[in-house]
Amino acid sequence: MREAVIKTDKLTKRFGEFIATNAISFEVQQGEIFGFLGANGAGKTTAMRMLCGLLIPSSGAGTVAGFDVYKQTEKIKKSIGYMSQKFSLYEDLTVLENIRFFGGIYGLSNQQLKAKSIELIHRLNLQKDKDRLVGTLPLGWKQKLSFLVAVLHSPKVVFLDEPTGGVDPVTRRQFWELIYESVENSITVFVTTHYMDEAEYCNRVSIMVDGKIEALDTPGNLKEKYGATSMDEVFYQLARGAKRGE
Amino acid sequence: MKAVTLNGLSKVYGKGKAIAVNKVSFEVSNGELFGLIGPDGAGKTSIFRMLTTLLLPDGGSASVIGLDVVKDHKKIRSRVGYMPGRFSLYPDLTVEENLTFFATIFNTRLAENYHLIKDIYIQLEPFKKRMAGKLSGGMKQKLALCCALIHKPAVLFLDEPTTGVDPVSRREFWEMLKQLKQQAITIVVSTPYMDEANLCDRIGLIQSGDLLTVDTPANIISAYPEQLYAVKADNMPALLKTLSAYDEVLSNNAFGEYAHVSFKDQAIEVNVVQSYLQQQGLSGIELRRTPATIEDCFIKRLSN
Repeated sequence: MREAVIKTDKLTKRFGEFIATNAISFEVQQGEIFGFLGANGAGKTTAMRMLCGLLIPSSGAGTVAGFDVYKQTEKIKKSIGYMSQKFSLYEDLTVLENIRFFGGIYGLSNQQLKAKSIELIHRLNLQKDKDRLVGTLPLGWKQKLSFLVAVLHSPKVVFLDEPTGGVDPVTRRQFWELIYESVENSITVFVTTHYMDEAEYCNRVSIMVDGKIEALDTPGNLKEKYGATSMDEVFYQLARGAKRGE
Repeated sequence: MKAVTLNGLSKVYGKGKAIAVNKVSFEVSNGELFGLIGPDGAGKTSIFRMLTTLLLPDGGSASVIGLDVVKDHKKIRSRVGYMPGRFSLYPDLTVEENLTFFATIFNTRLAENYHLIKDIYIQLEPFKKRMAGKLSGGMKQKLALCCALIHKPAVLFLDEPTTGVDPVSRREFWEMLKQLKQQAITIVVSTPYMDEANLCDRIGLIQSGDLLTVDTPANIISAYPEQLYAVKADNMPALLKTLSAYDEVLSNNAFGEYAHVSFKDQAIEVNVVQSYLQQQGLSGIELRRTPATIEDCFIKRLSN
């Protein structure tokens, strides 16, 4: 039996009267690609922020990489990687400088940093561009670089918040190849997306509606359960009754 | 007269270093729903901003309802509706105040063109005293659309109205566009979502400032040169790797639960492929012909 990297039990966050995340319980196993889906405003971001140690829950329990989401948030932050479409890298630093900066923050030794930089630049074929400012790179390159920087320190789990939004279809697929590679190195991937074809690439997906997890299973089982031919349809059936917007 | 005409339109930023829009030409007919489809950085927003006279072109020309985007910019501004990608209404005005404000600016009244926005505004009416900044994402979008329509524009420009929007709200938004089309408003819309292409009358595929093609979605799809197959196996990552290494394969891309594959030999027999994949240790293999999607066509053009 593999260990659970993420474990929540009735995890809840209230803002005044408003229950943003309402008693969600689930586990994510090591090496799994877990798709965290939901309509706008369903409470995904709030849940993710709690799991990243950025927001203390109102009630319920949770651990990430074995650390408690109430008391060990600093340890959680050291054990995870994070990337989103919005915050990726420092645009006015070069590719190499970004790698060194983030690697340094995550406590990699100079020796490790050197080896990792070479490996990463080689993987993305950025040999000629390693001294270019990140701001001058095409979006697709930035997103791939930003992902590899997020897993530079071999975290137990990496959180990806809509990593492929607006990315061209070829780069989007290359991005998923990187995700598969990191899973082979037993990194766990927790990902949100609005592309329903990407939901198919996940081992399991959960779908949140109005603060609650309404469904959680493999894409295949979900399609069977809802009599749907695509994840798009499953999502539509579950989320069309949503009361909350963003 | 065409609703919109672009003739070699170009935009260059950073002292000639970054070509955002590279000699783009196309036309949009009256009453047409035209989609500009491409990823971030393709040049969609620059094109929209030039057509709405908010940005000066660096080359070529363009006209909207017969008016030149440079010489006649003031006239164009009163005749088009523009919904930018970022929410750009006044967050500290109420729903009603925002609408009245935009109506007044365009010398009209809410009542005058109410029929245009009625179907959308009905959903907003319960919140008409609420500050626009406090609306949900979907509601903000509906209000922005109402404000862009309030003066009955000849052409409506919608820049990525569905980016970052969940699949349910995206579908609702396209339903609204379909209804607007009935009112004979020309609509130019941009999106990074390839699946939305099929909802347009005609589309332009765009990447890195270059217009790759302009046609109806059906024509673009039928011009796909090879027969595509949808292939599935129990272990998809292994299937994709095996296909990439397979000598007979021309292209191979993940498409949700299937991979879309084309072969060098158009007369290849399905049995041959099937038994090859089995020999490579794959199980649960499914293989059938499938029509191309717009995304297949986009990928094809990018790899050329």
